Amino acid sequence: MSGSVLLLALLFLPLLGALVVAFLRSDDRVAKGVALGFSIAELALVIAAWAAYDPAGDRIQLSSSAEWIPQFGVHFAVGVDGIALVMIALIGILVPIVIGGSWNDRLPEERTAAGFYSLILLMQALMVGVFAATDVLLFYVLFEAVLVPMYFLIGRFGGARRQYAAVKFFLYSLLGGLIMLASVIGVYVVSGNQLGSGTFDWETLVATVSTADTSTQIWLFLGFFIAFAIKAPLVPLHTWLPDAGAEAPIGVGVLLVGVLDKIGTYGFLRYCLPMFPDASRELAPLVLVLAVAGVIYGALLAVGQDDMKRFVSYTSVAHFGFIALGVFAFTSQAQAGAVLYMVNHGIATGMLFLVVGMVIARGGSRNISDYGGLAKLTPVLAGMFVVAGLASLALPGTNSFVSEFLVLIGAFPTQPVFTVIAAVGMILAALYVLWVYQRVMQGPLRGNAVLGLAGGPGAAGDPSSEGLAARLASKVPDLSRRELAVLAPLVALVLFLGVYPQPVLDVITPSVDATLTELGVTDPVQEGN
Amino acid sequence: METFLAVQEPLAASGVAEYGWLLIALPLFGAAVLLLGGRRTNAWGHLLGCATVIAAFVYGLALFLSMTGMPADERVRELHLFDWIPVNALNVEFGLRIDPLSMVFVLLITGVGALIHIYSVGYMSHDQAGRTGADNTERRRFFAYLNLFVGAMLILVLGNSFVTLYLGWEGVGLASYLLIAFWQHRPAAATAAKKAFLMNRVGDVGLALAIFLMFAELGTTQYTEVFARAGEMPTGVLLAIALLLLLGACGKSGQFPLQAWLPDAMEGPTPVSALIHAATMVTAGVYLIARSNPIYNLTEDGRLVVTIIGALTLLIGAIIGCAYDDIKKVLAYSTVSQIGYMILAVGLGPAGYALGIFHLLTHGFFKAGLFLGAGSVMHGMNDEVNMRRFGGLAKHMPITFVTFGLGYLALIGFPFLSGYFSKDEIVAAAFAQEGWRGWVFGGAAALGAALTAFYMTRLMLMTFFGEKRWKGQKSADGREYHPHESPASMTVPMIVLAFGSVFGGVLLYSGDRLLGWLEPSLGAVAHAEGGALPHSVIPFLVVGLSAVGVLLAWLLVGRRPVPATAPAQVSFPVRAARADLYGNALNETLFARPGTWLTRALVYVDNRGVDGLVNGIAALLGGSSGRLRRAQTGFVRSYALSILGGAVLLTAALLMVRFT
Repeated sequence: MSGSVLLLALLFLPLLGALVVAFLRSDDRVAKGVALGFSIAELALVIAAWAAYDPAGDRIQLSSSAEWIPQFGVHFAVGVDGIALVMIALIGILVPIVIGGSWNDRLPEERTAAGFYSLILLMQALMVGVFAATDVLLFYVLFEAVLVPMYFLIGRFGGARRQYAAVKFFLYSLLGGLIMLASVIGVYVVSGNQLGSGTFDWETLVATVSTADTSTQIWLFLGFFIAFAIKAPLVPLHTWLPDAGAEAPIGVGVLLVGVLDKIGTYGFLRYCLPMFPDASRELAPLVLVLAVAGVIYGALLAVGQDDMKRFVSYTSVAHFGFIALGVFAFTSQAQAGAVLYMVNHGIATGMLFLVVGMVIARGGSRNISDYGGLAKLTPVLAGMFVVAGLASLALPGTNSFVSEFLVLIGAFPTQPVFTVIAAVGMILAALYVLWVYQRVMQGPLRGNAVLGLAGGPGAAGDPSSEGLAARLASKVPDLSRRELAVLAPLVALVLFLGVYPQPVLDVITPSVDATLTELGVTDPVQEGN
Repeated sequence: METFLAVQEPLAASGVAEYGWLLIALPLFGAAVLLLGGRRTNAWGHLLGCATVIAAFVYGLALFLSMTGMPADERVRELHLFDWIPVNALNVEFGLRIDPLSMVFVLLITGVGALIHIYSVGYMSHDQAGRTGADNTERRRFFAYLNLFVGAMLILVLGNSFVTLYLGWEGVGLASYLLIAFWQHRPAAATAAKKAFLMNRVGDVGLALAIFLMFAELGTTQYTEVFARAGEMPTGVLLAIALLLLLGACGKSGQFPLQAWLPDAMEGPTPVSALIHAATMVTAGVYLIARSNPIYNLTEDGRLVVTIIGALTLLIGAIIGCAYDDIKKVLAYSTVSQIGYMILAVGLGPAGYALGIFHLLTHGFFKAGLFLGAGSVMHGMNDEVNMRRFGGLAKHMPITFVTFGLGYLALIGFPFLSGYFSKDEIVAAAFAQEGWRGWVFGGAAALGAALTAFYMTRLMLMTFFGEKRWKGQKSADGREYHPHESPASMTVPMIVLAFGSVFGGVLLYSGDRLLGWLEPSLGAVAHAEGGALPHSVIPFLVVGLSAVGVLLAWLLVGRRPVPATAPAQVSFPVRAARADLYGNALNETLFARPGTWLTRALVYVDNRGVDGLVNGIAALLGGSSGRLRRAQTGFVRSYALSILGGAVLLTAALLMVRFT
């Protein structure tokens, strides 16, 4: 009972926060502070919900339901399994960090902090809703609704080409959403044929639609899949992400790549596999091709980028390939790895995004070629870059290793060929991370962004890098206390989850097992094999 | 199939060993304090760095002594710490395997590690510009990374599963990366570090795939279970695992075809070269194969490939070592070559596992000593590494000269010094192989001994003897050379290592002390009978060949003046050797250049092709191909339109369902 109240509170607290903050237009500092307060209260609720959740308990917990549109059997029904819970926890952790990280962002003219942070909180509420929905129509509505605050956050607060990026993002997502709508209606019809009256209740749909014949399943599967593949994003539906990632303000980018995109991979797990098990098994090879293509393609494109924010976006394309591989390899290790990957990627890539933002805040340019030798001026920032980069390339000891390792070792027994190809992505990941680090941080001081701060390349007459460094030292400060406070929890999570992921795995594994049971597969490698 | 004495099943750790985690925790604690503490720890950071490693050594020694008190069949112990990655059938434990093999490494890593930490206090006391004590931030960072390395290396050798090994494996890779790039404002250092990490990652993927295969076949990655049940795997899988593990070993240990990163790694400070790129980390490949002996015992083909790689690499390293003028690069290629000997040895199977470890230990002493000596020379010579600028330094640096000289004699296998025992045993075991293998592998090992004697004598002559070619010259930073002996904090570790170089071999060898000690981990040494050449002639053959190498070096280098610049007109073999036998050129042509083109092409395609195509479709479906172009002005309208469209569709669809 108290559990369902918790989940409802998790949904409505940020909504309330969004409302309150929206009215604090006169004072930016107050707006920011109130928003931060709400997000921290939400984090406390997340911790309470985590404690209330019983990994050995029911498939869906903390649930509550109310009639919404009784004519169509639509309910406002929410509840979580382990997979949804860890995603909601990730949101709870990231939003305060995003608010802290955006604290000193210069907003475009005529834009207020109240607007920005209100939208952030609105998005938080909607994202929690997407992961918590157990009514398929409610999920669809929230899936589309999330686009609205994101659209405004990119289109109003983003970089120079923000409107192009926002529209592109919106059109892609809307297109996917409309295709999904057809399938949402489809499952309603199918359930209606079987039960007499249609339903949108997830658990009932899993029980009924999964028995439909394979060709029906395939059509319905595709509707959901395309929407999720755009969100995730899988190659070749990924091209909106680099634009959106590059133009979004840093904090928004963190939420976009860290959480919003995960709706796609979450959708695979929550909707595609349990509702359409036959279609999932039938089409898995196709999805795996896209997944592994994404791993390699995303990594190669990340290597070739000059724009740091686009670089982070492309690394995410590669990472989403790993997640999709883990989801569709159909073993509990790979799938638990994929879910953990969703969390870890949010932490690691979120941190990388923030660190890149801190570099850009200093040099004023997104281009890698405008930088060089920054480690000499900002050693702590460089150290943070290393940590984020290592987490991104999944070095053992960091959180990402556990998830990438689980995905690959779990996928190997069923999909050895795809796993071996994806393993090449491990080498490419080292290449793209270290090469960017080398160009931005290592070597002598160089690049327009760095030298510009010393009065332009021409003014850098002093050939010794010592003299140059001395002149630049005062103009390029190392991390401030605020920036340290923003990054410190992420560093702690990177290391803690790298060494002791068990608490999270304990929550994830039973839900993954249930998903695989619904899918009708068993692990090829059994205990005591 | 041959049967070998099985590796012993472990018992639970007890007594002193229950605190085995301290070995790892101590240096990692040091690293954490120095990295998080920031400038506040500048003043005493290096002392803490030394203290944690010395403490780990002392504890390791206590652990070792307690183990010697146990009966041989109780010396393999496991210490369970916690479950690291548990998902259903997969359970990766975080635990330690404390056995004779890991103890030998613990003592090597913490012992040599402690000496090199102490040495670094002096070596890192002045920064790149030659200033002393201006800012100790650099030195603190250096000790933090060194501590991190020691911690990771101890995880590598102490872990009780292939995944904990992998954790240490990539952990030392990180420490190596950070330390090669220690002077990261130097582009060469940054590039070398990246290259090292990447080539290592290629090997790491091999190691990872081997782990995946073990899990798929046996459902476990723990040593105990994998080793006990290795025989259940089909021959093909065993061979695949053996080769994939070898790939990992090649990356970490600079073996063909992944050897090119190790010489470049000399961009790092010299203590790093001594500890990481000579004595410990680069020998991890040898450890991996020796540790996996229950797997290699079952695949003769796998062992054969290991032997071939070892033999090939020992020759490649020795040949290239003859051509370089950079003192550290000669020593680096010497390391490549000597690890080739070790890999060759462990490839011989039960006849060689322990011999590989034996040579690894003696090499750890004399090669670390040689690198510290080279560092001492550089310390006194404005960081100069070009041997053509050295000459006649023996008088100016007597301690360095003597300790370096003893290391040199140990390396070329001077009778009764440590290299003499360990290398001769490997050569003998290689010659003892049946048929063509005895001649080929024995021959390669013996030829390598001659080459080793040649390049090392050349190095000695060019550095310590002959004309003082540095007189009147200036180093790259415009200072004159004033060669001088290094401070005691540097010379004392060199003296200790020189003792090891002289007596280490005989101490470990006599009474089969080491080989017997390792039996519970590696099985009994199978002394092969017969083969190409009997054991008794080997010492004479090797010493004779080495003498030829020394003589040749004296004839070519010692007798005549050394030109101050390297002669340009040289024969093809010398040119090839100077170009690393075209290893880098091959990598460049096969991977780097096509890779660059591929990424450029893909970026173009992604921006124009994929994006264009999808944009086009999106625009088409949106009803107006001009919408995207007009987005700057018309976006609110189009947005509203889209929402409206969605709403209409939704309502229509719902109504349809409702009324049909």
